[in-house]
Amino acid sequence: MSHGPDDPLPVDSDVEPGDLPAGETGLRELLRTRVDVLLAIAVGGAIGSLGRWGLAQAWPAQRGGFPWPTFTVNVLGGLLLGVLMVLVADVWPGQRYVRPFLGVGVLGGFTTFSTYALDTRALIAAGSGGTAALYVGATLVAGLIAVFVGLATTRRLVRP
Amino acid sequence: MNALLVVLGAMVGAPLRYLVDIFVQSRHRSAFPWGTFAVNVTGSLLLGLLAGGVAAHGGPAWALTLVGSGFCGAFTTFSTFGFETVRLLEQRREGLALLNVLGSVAVGLAACAGGFAFASALIGS
Repeated sequence: MSHGPDDPLPVDSDVEPGDLPAGETGLRELLRTRVDVLLAIAVGGAIGSLGRWGLAQAWPAQRGGFPWPTFTVNVLGGLLLGVLMVLVADVWPGQRYVRPFLGVGVLGGFTTFSTYALDTRALIAAGSGGTAALYVGATLVAGLIAVFVGLATTRRLVRP
Repeated sequence: MNALLVVLGAMVGAPLRYLVDIFVQSRHRSAFPWGTFAVNVTGSLLLGLLAGGVAAHGGPAWALTLVGSGFCGAFTTFSTFGFETVRLLEQRREGLALLNVLGSVAVGLAACAGGFAFASALIGS
């Protein structure tokens, strides 16, 4: 099973080295040649963000309480991104829209770093410093384990 | 109506993350994921400014839905941040992984809290 330094997976799942413009390609050129990719990211981002927002509406966090909705989307989104990136590399290579739509768009829109920061600020401001520390730490630990589990189990399934 | 605001904000935020990430990543050669770091810190700053302003001004709530849940939520990402950290660990770049985690959390939180305090002071005064 290939992983670690030899694994072909990138570090940045949103912008792989191959996504970078060669030489002095301007923004206008990038927009012209990738308007379809940007549209796929926009539609995916809308779907993922609606999912995150819908969950927060259905399951509002209590004031001063642990922000379960944001914790849940961030951990679940990390797990799914780990699964997706192995599938994109091994099962669906060379697809123009799969990673932009599902990875950059849907999962990027589903998960959020800004609300993670704002939740933490609100907990500290409400005097719940202990819950804030627990939230920061638990999101990091569970989120990173989720990515790792998603990568490892999918690698095991598709790279026998 | 609120769902439409989320969709509108997200349809701008998600592609803008991709463009900013490309812009940043094509301007450095380090293995550190500066592109995602940049979007997460600036998105956290913007959400802090907005939430502080809305809290001090007493609204409007639709701005939080459009720019907060929609734009900032889609512009920033936790999944890519987590993926990058795990990939750095797999590549035995533990120092960069630790720097990414501590740096993103510390700078992102400081940007959000600082933006909140600044906007509430500005509008509350």
